[in-house]
Amino acid sequence: MTLAELDAKPLLEVRGLQMHFPVTEGIVISRKIGEVKAVDGINFTVRRGETLGLVGESGCGKTTTGRCILRLERPTAGEILYDGIDIAKLERKDLMVLRRRIQVIFQDPYSSLNPRMKVGEIIAEPIMVHGIERSAARRSARVRELLSVCGLDPKFADRYPHEMSGGQRQRVGIARALALEPEFIVCDEAVSALDVSIQAQIVNLLEDLRGQFGLTYLFIAHDLSVVRHLCQRVAVMYLGRIVELAECDELFDNPLHPYTQALLAAVPVPDPTVEASRTFRPVRGEVPSAINPPPGCVFHPRCPIAVETCRQIRPELREPRSAHWVACTEVRV
Amino acid sequence: MTIAAPTSYTIPAIADDLPEIRRSLWRRAWIFCRRQPLGTFGMVIVIIMAIAGLSAEWIAPYSPTANDFSAMTEPPSWAHWLGTDQFGRDQLSRIIYGARTALIVGFSCAIIASLAGMVLGVGSAYFGGRLDLYLQGVLDVVMAFPLIIMALAVVAIFGTGVHNVIFAITIPLIPRCARVLRSSALSIREVPYIDAARACGFGHSRIILRHMVPNVVAPFLILLTAFVGQAILAEASLSYLGLGVQEPVPAWGLMLQGGAEEYASTAPWIAVFPGLAIALTVFGFSLFGDALRDALDPKLRDR
Amino acid sequence: MYRYIIKRILLVIPTLLGAAALVFLLMRLIPGDICVVRLGSGGGTFDERAVAACHAQLGLDRPIFVQFVNFVWGFFRGDFGISMWSGKPVLTEIAARFPVSLEIAIMAVVVATIIAIPLGTLSALKQNSPIDFVIRVVSIAGLATPSFWLGILFILAILNISQAAFGAPWMPPIDYVPIWQDPLRNLSMVIFPALTVGYRTSAVTMRMTRSAMLEVLREDYIRTARAKGLVEHLIINRHALKNALLPVVTLIGIEAAFLIGGLVVTEQVFNLNGIGRLFVQSVQNQDYTMTQALVMLVVAAFVLTNTVVDLLYAWLDPRIRYG
Repeated sequence: MTLAELDAKPLLEVRGLQMHFPVTEGIVISRKIGEVKAVDGINFTVRRGETLGLVGESGCGKTTTGRCILRLERPTAGEILYDGIDIAKLERKDLMVLRRRIQVIFQDPYSSLNPRMKVGEIIAEPIMVHGIERSAARRSARVRELLSVCGLDPKFADRYPHEMSGGQRQRVGIARALALEPEFIVCDEAVSALDVSIQAQIVNLLEDLRGQFGLTYLFIAHDLSVVRHLCQRVAVMYLGRIVELAECDELFDNPLHPYTQALLAAVPVPDPTVEASRTFRPVRGEVPSAINPPPGCVFHPRCPIAVETCRQIRPELREPRSAHWVACTEVRV
Repeated sequence: MTIAAPTSYTIPAIADDLPEIRRSLWRRAWIFCRRQPLGTFGMVIVIIMAIAGLSAEWIAPYSPTANDFSAMTEPPSWAHWLGTDQFGRDQLSRIIYGARTALIVGFSCAIIASLAGMVLGVGSAYFGGRLDLYLQGVLDVVMAFPLIIMALAVVAIFGTGVHNVIFAITIPLIPRCARVLRSSALSIREVPYIDAARACGFGHSRIILRHMVPNVVAPFLILLTAFVGQAILAEASLSYLGLGVQEPVPAWGLMLQGGAEEYASTAPWIAVFPGLAIALTVFGFSLFGDALRDALDPKLRDR
Repeated sequence: MYRYIIKRILLVIPTLLGAAALVFLLMRLIPGDICVVRLGSGGGTFDERAVAACHAQLGLDRPIFVQFVNFVWGFFRGDFGISMWSGKPVLTEIAARFPVSLEIAIMAVVVATIIAIPLGTLSALKQNSPIDFVIRVVSIAGLATPSFWLGILFILAILNISQAAFGAPWMPPIDYVPIWQDPLRNLSMVIFPALTVGYRTSAVTMRMTRSAMLEVLREDYIRTARAKGLVEHLIINRHALKNALLPVVTLIGIEAAFLIGGLVVTEQVFNLNGIGRLFVQSVQNQDYTMTQALVMLVVAAFVLTNTVVDLLYAWLDPRIRYG
């Protein structure tokens, strides 16, 4: 599916999303003394059928963003428009309908499956609760179908999670995500905890499933090489904000934001001649605390091209090149 | 940069060469007996007491309440294996029937308290927030009362007798169970499979009953066995003070109350045997509970 | 650290208030009218005026909230009401019996600690040896033995041994003499109940010391000390014991509850006039004023003991102190 074939109207539109966690203190009465601004006002869209990568270091807010979209957290502010409906404010009843359309694949295959349930039960449970198949026989047929789609022999349905390897368990997680026939799947670091060779298998599986079922992915990761293989567009996050958003190849070939450039510079190239000629300039400093982020542009203390205004003005996303958005005032094309 | 990917990725189920690590319940029980001899010994004691209590009518040689004034305070003999008390009642029969009382009280208190504690503890951990805070406060207050004191206070209000005794002992046990199971539940509340369940839209009761409770079964079982022992001791103490089970229901604590001290020097068997029964039963439960805890420790399991 | 202290101390207040509320509630749950129960001569007849007077005396004619406030305020003033059984002020009755129970409790803890810690350490050092096995069995037996039965066995033993040794049975005295007046008589009275009550505490402490010691002995800094060639008993005393004893301290708080329970039955066995016996009598005699005062006293003692133990633990563990 090429980019041109994608539907123009976005499936998911996030506007001004904020997720602030209060920090409390107090002996008898707890007072709020601050907030962890995990997600501090982000905007992006995901088109139907595409894979949007969301990358950044640990603590940048990408997982929290995913959880907000899944409504595992209730956003502090902002809108999340899924197919036109603002899901940020939905209540329980309506959420049930939403669950059939948005699903999730978690990072850790070892703790994302209930150790006390058989694999078949794990996958069958959402089917049963949502009433998709009322007869047990049809349910188990569906379970077997899902397992084989994910590359597992249907006999695995009788096994417990601890009797399987990490890669196999992750496939079960994928099968469970597919059980409700969703359109949109949040892959929260879905391959980060797997061995590299297994990563390749799972990544290819996800690609095939996307084509087969017409899925849309939000792929959260910190490994840029995996992202490049899988995503059509990529957004880079830093300290709760999106700093760059572009088509995949464009981002990797022409990173504009200093942070993105630093991230890409840190990835080794498997060609010794190329690698030897690169000069590696690590970003100085450490990621600041999310409770007290720097004023203005959050990256300015570590930025090689920062100027005085960077400390005062919070940069908004602008489009210096076509379909390539950067949140930086100093970028020159 | 591309990742070279294998063309086929279907993993065949190696279910056929699945190593035989899935053992039946019987086999696991047998392994338990072999690895934990003390625990097995404890279990055997408990089973003996249970059989005695269940089949009291058939195996007790005399009626536990039949006075026989021609055979008062007789030492152990062939006619009365454990001797008779000051009313001529056969000690052995009273101890056998007493086992029934002890185990009924013990198991009732343990089961009710553990189940109630589980609901309160896991529910409190799951919902969190203010519900958790206030419930913990209430449980802390109840736990500020030592067990015997609380039981005595309840008996003071509602009176004595088997049913009141069960009620009196269950109440202080509930918060103790809730506290332990709450901390177990808290440690699994943030686990991804709970998040997955929420993402699938499961309701609160399904998540609690199907996903959290089965994963706190280990501490639950250990608490259950510990509670039985504690309940038996508490009932014995209450009956000894005359504030527990009342005559004519046979109970080990009661047997020690009736003039056991007066006859201490002349008829020591009146004092020794009932207490020995209590100690032996609780000892059995303690050994079994200890062994169970060792066996359920995931670090020591062979999986 | 100071915040922890303040927080911990402040926590006492709602707990005690809650306990007072619970005691108050429990006493009000007693079926029927207390005054009728006590003054009624059976058959459903009672003297109206006597009951009204009793109501007024107990303050039962006031609204519930006022009663509760008086109840709590009374404790602060030290006015616990009048015993319904003896007619004397509750405080007097309690004060008369308090020293015995206190002495038994303290002696029980002392004896238990003296026995348990060395034995627990020994058990850990010689893990899985016959000695360890014996000690473990003895300690589990200690948890399983009802304390009143142990007391009875003690009496049995005393009687039979004194009979055999002196020709006449000897029983420990039952009227209390303070320790500074007649130490021998006092100790001979207190030692057996103390052993009875303390056996359970020593069993628990023994097990805790053993497991804490086992964990500490596995730590790397012990291996380093041994590799440095330090003499074994110095390792135990200077390094291992201090760290192993930390969790044992918190045990004292938990065991205080069982001590009180043990006191209640043991005083019955040995016929001693202490608070435990008073408690049982008040329940038997339906002396509700006494019962509620004693329950509050016990709970307050328990809560305070736990607070002190928590603070002590925080002070002893440098990680909390400087953290």
